[in-house]
Amino acid sequence: MDVQRKLEILADAAKYDASCASSGTEQRDSSDGKGLGSTAPGMGICHSYAPDGRCISLLKVLLTNACNYDCLYCVNRASSNVPRARFTIDEVVKLTLDFYRRNYIEGLFLSSGIIRSADYTMEQVVSVARKLRDEHHFRGYIHLKTIPEADDALIAEAGKYADRLSINIEMPEETSLARLAPEKDVRAIRRTMGRLRLKLDEAAERPATKARPPRFAPAGQSTQMIVGADSASDQTILKTSANLYGAYRLKRVYYSAFSPIPDASRALPLIAPPLVREHRLYQADWLMRFYGFDVGEIVDGHGSGMLPLDIDPKLAWALRHRERFPLDVNRASREELLRVPGFGRKAVDRIIATRGVTSIRVADLARLHIPRNKALPFIVLSDHRPSVRLLDAAGLAERFRPPAKQLGFGF
Amino acid sequence: MHTITLDSETDFDGWRQAARRLALNQVKPQDVTWTVRGGTPELFSTETNDLPEATEGTFNVPAKFVELAKAAILHRDPERFALLYRLLWRLRSHHDLLSVATDPDVAGVSAMARAVHRDEHKMHAFVRFREVGRVNTHFVAWFEPEHHIVELAAPFFAKRFADMPWSILTPDVCAHWDGHEIAFTAGVAKSEAPTEDRLEETWRSYYAAIFNPARLKVKAMQTEMPQKYWRNLPEASMIKPLIASAERTAGAMIANEATEPHKPQKRQDEPMARKQTHDTQARGTIAALREEATGCRACPLWKGATQTVFGEGPQSATLMLVGEQPGDKEDLAGHPFVGPAGQMLDRALEDAGIARAKVYITNAVKHFKFVPRGKIRLHQKPNTPEIRACRQWYERELAAIRPELVVALGATAAQSVLGRITPINRSRGRLIDHDGTKVLVTVHPSYLLRLPDEKAKALEYQRFIDDLKIAADQLRNSARAA
Repeated sequence: MDVQRKLEILADAAKYDASCASSGTEQRDSSDGKGLGSTAPGMGICHSYAPDGRCISLLKVLLTNACNYDCLYCVNRASSNVPRARFTIDEVVKLTLDFYRRNYIEGLFLSSGIIRSADYTMEQVVSVARKLRDEHHFRGYIHLKTIPEADDALIAEAGKYADRLSINIEMPEETSLARLAPEKDVRAIRRTMGRLRLKLDEAAERPATKARPPRFAPAGQSTQMIVGADSASDQTILKTSANLYGAYRLKRVYYSAFSPIPDASRALPLIAPPLVREHRLYQADWLMRFYGFDVGEIVDGHGSGMLPLDIDPKLAWALRHRERFPLDVNRASREELLRVPGFGRKAVDRIIATRGVTSIRVADLARLHIPRNKALPFIVLSDHRPSVRLLDAAGLAERFRPPAKQLGFGF
Repeated sequence: MHTITLDSETDFDGWRQAARRLALNQVKPQDVTWTVRGGTPELFSTETNDLPEATEGTFNVPAKFVELAKAAILHRDPERFALLYRLLWRLRSHHDLLSVATDPDVAGVSAMARAVHRDEHKMHAFVRFREVGRVNTHFVAWFEPEHHIVELAAPFFAKRFADMPWSILTPDVCAHWDGHEIAFTAGVAKSEAPTEDRLEETWRSYYAAIFNPARLKVKAMQTEMPQKYWRNLPEASMIKPLIASAERTAGAMIANEATEPHKPQKRQDEPMARKQTHDTQARGTIAALREEATGCRACPLWKGATQTVFGEGPQSATLMLVGEQPGDKEDLAGHPFVGPAGQMLDRALEDAGIARAKVYITNAVKHFKFVPRGKIRLHQKPNTPEIRACRQWYERELAAIRPELVVALGATAAQSVLGRITPINRSRGRLIDHDGTKVLVTVHPSYLLRLPDEKAKALEYQRFIDDLKIAADQLRNSARAA
């Protein structure tokens, strides 16, 4: 089998992993003349986008899609009839360097099916990174999938070469994972995430007296949860995320709408992936991490435990808490401003800088990139005050819902 | 009316010098016309620079303005020089102006700077090199930037591809790297650029394979990768056919009959997650108890925690220390007393003359109870049902170790060990007989960490040591008696 055919199989096998980030790592370049590559300052670089809207930043492949495990949701499960392939270590190294030199990618995201044992698989994955870094002095980005229960020395080595490590938690609930992925063990996954965090903490600490601790994955660790393969509610999903962020200091939890796969198992819902739901979960995740929302407030405690699909979670929260509005934009605290529908973090920064000099008016909203119709019912400006009746009106929520589509006639 | 002619589209220094002299001469923004040498001269204007006389003096602008102006001047909008001068003019009498994000001039210049940086970022992303030559290979790209960003964006490529010679050709200006320095030459036509590369077919098949046809989001793609860039991206030729076939491919995945499951390959090893240690450990030993406790579900605390943190220490220990529950670090590491409270305990044991290696150390509750708050976990005190649910493990540890003395550290431990809520201050410092076991109650080391006042801390630490010394004495006495 030639390399291009292998690439097709092993990229196809890797695409259900949503992560493609190349951000948040240390600054590196090759201006010393030895080696190739650099890391992008600040945010990563997305070199392309596929028509599924996902960014292509890294060469995302599996080393092999042969797998001992039979996880029902997975395209590579042992009982699937998909074609199998396996890259040699040199093939992945060469492909990475060839693509990198042409500026197609920021680096490599390497994962693998579990073959032989956790340690054997991890060793294979680490070998690719080792070769890229030690032999080719590759300074680009490397993301390695960590195999739970792999030996500590292998994990330490993975962290030495990689920018980011990740282990997928897969399911929001332990019971679902036990049912859908019988060989996987949430406890082993969590223990390994815990080991990673201890190593990350150690590398981040700079004791004044001792020698510098070994380098360990400067872009941290992340994970992924599949949405819609089990019956977990959005509230359950977000609670699991909050727990994981707190426990293991994850940089990101990725939500991946369960998507039909080739040769799918009949035990799972074969429907179009719930993309809007996935989007709402990302918005809610952002509210938890950057907008000061607690997981308990984001989902309506009295409802079904699901986020509304037709409006965003912050607007939904504001509609449930109208007693907190209208808010005077020229006086409110930063924490309060972050809770106004349509106000992003940058807009809030600009508002706080601006109002120290001059007051904010309706005409300014556009220059602050704030959607006017969304924000106006909730805010007081120096030349605007929403009518009390509007905020109390039962119809307020309706204003924000997209108009219902009439069913089309076949014509 | 003054007409200022700049040397080039990106002549920031020329603009800065002219603007400074104009401002010092009190020339109002509406009285200046800005042009670029070689550009189309405006009607009725002369090509000569009619700068006013140099004037003594200087004035300050915020550093942020210089940063903004350096970026905004690379914008392709011919009005940028005038807009920047107007903003500079207004800044002299209104020093806070840049904070006013809602001011039209500030918003305009900021938008230009943002557009320039976005274009720079897109150039870093969308340049595609093509390999030229078989022996002395050279990598050449063709790119059409929206703004005048080639000089701005070039150092990125020099630092990234330091070990290979490359050229980026554009209609405005071309950048070249020979391994030592960047050189710029005049712009060229697209026909000068190579048209193919041996890897592009492989890249296109990667692009097609990484795309998930079941989740078509064309608009999201176009927002980030606008169509204007497509003509120079080798993978873009795949976009239309992929979209066209997506629905069919996704539909087929849903509609296809389930195939017979593939017969899994023979496993070369046992699956590794399940360690079969149950049978190898003698019943009732600490090792067997620890194994059994890993799957404990006697209360709900296991759900949010990483793992059961069981007691540790020699089976022959004569002293057993019982703490409250594992903390953040203990939960991650799987060992008791390894965090800040553990370090405090280590120090205190040493000062009291007790070797930690000879002590069995455990907790009343063996899972970490907490609430997540952003990136940290706030410790929560275990409640009575949780303490009761976990007590079986303490009882079985006690039976396995049969220590001379149990030291309960803090209220939770005291409650578990003595079976009832026990105030520390009234019970500490003396040996208590409880169901045939000698018990000493004292504070938890984390209590010492929480004391804000250094003096109180030193005093309480000494009291803690004194309590531990009672334990040490008791152990010495009973060892002598034996």
